[in-house]
Amino acid sequence: MNKTRHWYDYLWIWSIVFFALGFFNIIFAWLGMLDFILPLLFAIFGGNKFFCNHLCGRGQLFSVIPKKIKCSRNKPAPSWMSSKVFRYGFLVFFMTMFGTMLYQTWRVFGGVSSLSETIKLFWTFRVPWGWTYTAGSTSDWIAQFAFGFYGLMLTSALIGLIVMVLFRPRTWCSFCPMGSMTQTICKIKNSRKRD
Amino acid sequence: MISKKYSVVDTRRCVSCGTCIKECPKDAIYIHKGCYAVVDTDICVGCSLCTRTCPADCIALVDREVVS
Repeated sequence: MNKTRHWYDYLWIWSIVFFALGFFNIIFAWLGMLDFILPLLFAIFGGNKFFCNHLCGRGQLFSVIPKKIKCSRNKPAPSWMSSKVFRYGFLVFFMTMFGTMLYQTWRVFGGVSSLSETIKLFWTFRVPWGWTYTAGSTSDWIAQFAFGFYGLMLTSALIGLIVMVLFRPRTWCSFCPMGSMTQTICKIKNSRKRD
Repeated sequence: MISKKYSVVDTRRCVSCGTCIKECPKDAIYIHKGCYAVVDTDICVGCSLCTRTCPADCIALVDREVVS
């Protein structure tokens, strides 16, 4: 049975385009903030997870890839991976790393640090990424944020791809920090309404 | 004809990602206010597509009680 297709069912393409753009010009990484802000707006003002459910290109990509090429073991992930402790723990860790990245941007903005034209993978490995930026073409802090954010996006995408292969395709969704955050907002909103 | 089985979501473990909605051939699942997935048991045919795709593995197939 074929389900009705909507325009937003093709947003997995955006996920690929995002990484492709950042491979040529790092400033495009700023567009990734849409994936941060939109889910929060839907949760805060709409009290829903419309973003996760229909608009998340990354989630769609993890569904689409194993359908095109059989590359997922399709085995259930260990239950701790979707437990509250792990989900909130990962959320805190992720936001701490995001905060560290903002702090680094702030240091570059204040002239304390100089711009590092690298991206950090898995919060550990520095990968040279200098070809994507011409020094002086914009303020250093704008570029610093872009490098930091692109690294964060690429790291989380790689983690998502690894668990996609090892377990079920969309295993990333079970501990995605944005998913945990928006679900918590929805739960708080919902419990308040009941009071 | 009504199916022998239907899906039930463990709402405490559901992450409301919506993967099941995309898989369900009968559109029998919706996300309740961003909190958890709900299966409309009247529509569900117990095909198990959602149980096999759920990343949190929190959907189970249960037997429908036979009502004479």
